[in-house]
Amino acid sequence: MNMLDTTTIEKPTLSVDLTANPYERDFPLLASNPQLAFLDSAATAQRPACVLDAQRDFYERLNSNPLRGLYQLSVEATEAIEQVRVRIASFIGASDPAEIVFTRNASESLNLMARSYGESFLHAGDEVCISIMEHHSNLIPWQQACARTGARLVYLRPDDQGIISPEEIASKIGPATRIVSVMQVSNVLGVENPVASIARRAHEVGALLVVDGAQSAPHLRIDVGALGCDAFAFSAHKLFGPMGIGVLWARREILEKMPPMLTGGEMIDWVTETDAGWAPIPQKFEAGTQDAAGIAGLGAAVDYIEGIGHEALAARESALVAELAQRLGELPYIRIIGPADPRRHIGVVSFNVCGVHPHDVASILDAQDVAIRAGHHCAQPLLTWMGIESCCRASVALYNDRADIDQLIAGLDTVQRMFNGS
Amino acid sequence: MGLNEIYTAALMEHNNHPDYKYALDGATCTHEGVNPSCGDDITLALRLDGDTIEEAAFTGHGCAVSQASADIMADLITDRSTEEARALCDLFLAMIRGEVTGEAALAPLGEAAQLKSISRMPARVKCAELGWRTCMQMLDEQLRVVS
Repeated sequence: MNMLDTTTIEKPTLSVDLTANPYERDFPLLASNPQLAFLDSAATAQRPACVLDAQRDFYERLNSNPLRGLYQLSVEATEAIEQVRVRIASFIGASDPAEIVFTRNASESLNLMARSYGESFLHAGDEVCISIMEHHSNLIPWQQACARTGARLVYLRPDDQGIISPEEIASKIGPATRIVSVMQVSNVLGVENPVASIARRAHEVGALLVVDGAQSAPHLRIDVGALGCDAFAFSAHKLFGPMGIGVLWARREILEKMPPMLTGGEMIDWVTETDAGWAPIPQKFEAGTQDAAGIAGLGAAVDYIEGIGHEALAARESALVAELAQRLGELPYIRIIGPADPRRHIGVVSFNVCGVHPHDVASILDAQDVAIRAGHHCAQPLLTWMGIESCCRASVALYNDRADIDQLIAGLDTVQRMFNGS
Repeated sequence: MGLNEIYTAALMEHNNHPDYKYALDGATCTHEGVNPSCGDDITLALRLDGDTIEEAAFTGHGCAVSQASADIMADLITDRSTEEARALCDLFLAMIRGEVTGEAALAPLGEAAQLKSISRMPARVKCAELGWRTCMQMLDEQLRVVS
């Protein structure tokens, strides 16, 4: 039985005109490829011109090594980074900008938690609890941390609609659990996991909760306080920002007791021939020269999202994904992977075409200018557990419209005719 | 790239009705090949008599390109010596990498030469290669054991 909280799935879907597309023109790649139906934003989003401009602007106007120089240009470069740090803190509802660590991507953020926190504080007999739907980036780091410390990795498993039940949470998170790490939104099933309930249970047993927000930050308004998590990771490139920039937020007391993962320039207080002391957070975790232009680009991406407004963005994306799931569900030769309810999909809909391998589907769609993802989606344990080898995935962002979905559906019709002859 | 160049009637026929996709009884050697990027796998089995491949068959799962390519390969290497089969694998992989393009040079590949256009589809190269790579690895092991 599903313990569905129906209040959480009411999303505004009526007031959005999916035929109109006022956003596509903001994205140079899409504007110059009008024939392309880009339905792979869950892998990486396209970038609006304002983000590309911000990166170029950094190099043209502010280029100097942040934190190092005592001259005006370097001071301004440093300020540019620190302003984005403040911006990101408010974007995810964190009160202290020092709790924002810039990394390369969500993977690196999660590795930092697993290596630095996990390997410092886990012991034999402890348990780490993750879900079976984790992306490899929130799975392998914990596997490794467990292997190195003797801790045990325990999996939360969803029901056939992708829902992790309260009973499952209560039975898997227990007295031996030290760390819980879950994705807020699944990159395969598209479901939103019950993070607030997981947080309550984790804290009840004295465990720490890490949230992988790679797929949620692009679609949902994030409030780390309301989520009740202790750490939150996401990538810039999935929310219209540059590739190569990620964020780790964690509560100050956690970051302060974590050792640095990388050491070197700009992360120290002092160095002698035999020892070194670390800079305060967040610099302790930011060894070497940061991708300052990328950070500026991330700031511009957040400005872009907030300029549109989370409500407008969520309404459009919900309407798009609901239409996508609905239309796919109407095709008799399509099997949707994940919840049957279109409103439960956030950003992504995974599916298989009966009797056709996902790579063939993707290739045939590609020939019709439809870009989707096909494969195991870096979630092999989930697919193995579900008994499938691979699947197709279409994902949306605000720059998609009904024509993109029409193009996908027409493309799938070609796949069906080529392989199944009808 | 036209779809029909890749998904030819012959390829679809090999995919839908493979002649060599079955579990081989009395296999002398088997080898598993995996495409890490897509999770596809293939287990190739050979029955050798001396250095002659008397029978070749495969099991596993993958896309139409990988399945058809493996089926075509199994047909090609049957009744060949391991040395000959090894050389054919090399030639096929060179064709897929775009290094050998001449019709005469590719003639020994027979029907497999029709997969040449895959060399212009980087996303599918690994699919076409799976069976051949697996065969090459297995033959290298065999030839090492013998020598």
